[in-house]
Amino acid sequence: MEMSVRKRKRMRWALSKLITALFFRKKAVKIGIYGPPNAGKTTLANRIIHTFVDNNEDMGVATEIPHETRRVIKREGVLIDLRRRIMNSNRDRNRDRDRDRDYDPRPRGSRAKLMLDVVDTPGLATKIDFRDFMAYGLEEDEAKRRAKEATEGVIEAIKWLDDIDGVILLMDSTEDPYTQTNVVIIGNMEARGIPIIIAANKIDLPDATPQRIKNAFPQHRVVPVSALKGDNMEELYEEMAKVFR
Amino acid sequence: MKKWQRSSGEEEGEGKVKGSEASTGIEMNVVSRDKVESMGSMEKLRFILDGVKSGNIVVLEGGLTAEEQMKLIELTMLEVDESFTGIEISGYPAKRGLLNLRRKTRLTIIGPAAKMKTIRKDKDLISAIISTT
Repeated sequence: MEMSVRKRKRMRWALSKLITALFFRKKAVKIGIYGPPNAGKTTLANRIIHTFVDNNEDMGVATEIPHETRRVIKREGVLIDLRRRIMNSNRDRNRDRDRDRDYDPRPRGSRAKLMLDVVDTPGLATKIDFRDFMAYGLEEDEAKRRAKEATEGVIEAIKWLDDIDGVILLMDSTEDPYTQTNVVIIGNMEARGIPIIIAANKIDLPDATPQRIKNAFPQHRVVPVSALKGDNMEELYEEMAKVFR
Repeated sequence: MKKWQRSSGEEEGEGKVKGSEASTGIEMNVVSRDKVESMGSMEKLRFILDGVKSGNIVVLEGGLTAEEQMKLIELTMLEVDESFTGIEISGYPAKRGLLNLRRKTRLTIIGPAAKMKTIRKDKDLISAIISTT
């Protein structure tokens, strides 16, 4: 009797796995995080990984020195599961409300689910001067090496556009968004028909004006976030699930 | 330092316009739409980059498409070194053409990053500072 119950349970588990594999398994969508240097691309990539994969895993190192990321970094198989996230978050919240300050669950209770390959790219720029790195205290040789690597990083980021299914264009909301680099990225995405979300980052800073980004690019959805503090990230995840699906 | 601004009465056509300070000024190559359209993509980008690397400002009537601008950034990065730090590029955004199908580019200005800096830009105005030193 006991054997038959166990057998039935095992069969049910195997059947549910099979159905999931057959009908619900989706090809991962390759999402590139693009933007100018120091917009917070690696911070955003780390935030996504911390939220949905492992709180101790980092995609890259984020510092105040521009062009810290000089090689494209890819993390495969990131499952954006907002329903689970909300459930876990509510459970955590009940357990210890003070520990989960970053997260504000939406009353709408999203069920969005999306499998991603996250691609963190070097900052796009039209000029790279090694002397700019020396202003951050780098020795001349180190600054020159970094500048050389940064130019290669820009080229690599551009090449990756051919392999990307969607783009999160990250802009610093304390800066003028109407730069030619931003215009060029948006123009290229539009020409290729690649979906794009603009994330207005650094809204935790006092002089942040995400509205300026909305005014500059009214034809695109702009989501104000703070990748560093985690502010408004749920809205970005929901938008990603909607746009990149 | 000299402030540059596109005036509405700027003449169309190809030519070289010298700044008022002829001896210390910046050479500016203003290229007509006809000339721009007669060149292939790579030819156009090579022409621009050669001009800018020589220290000139290149103004293209008709401008570059977003894809061409991206390619220009890529080519520029291949040539950046200690003496050439890159380009400053600015342009009026493209307008949608007939039935929203074709994007019509308008004007693009490119200069050496060491000499030119865009200080303000919106859809119909570009303000830039050009250093003559």
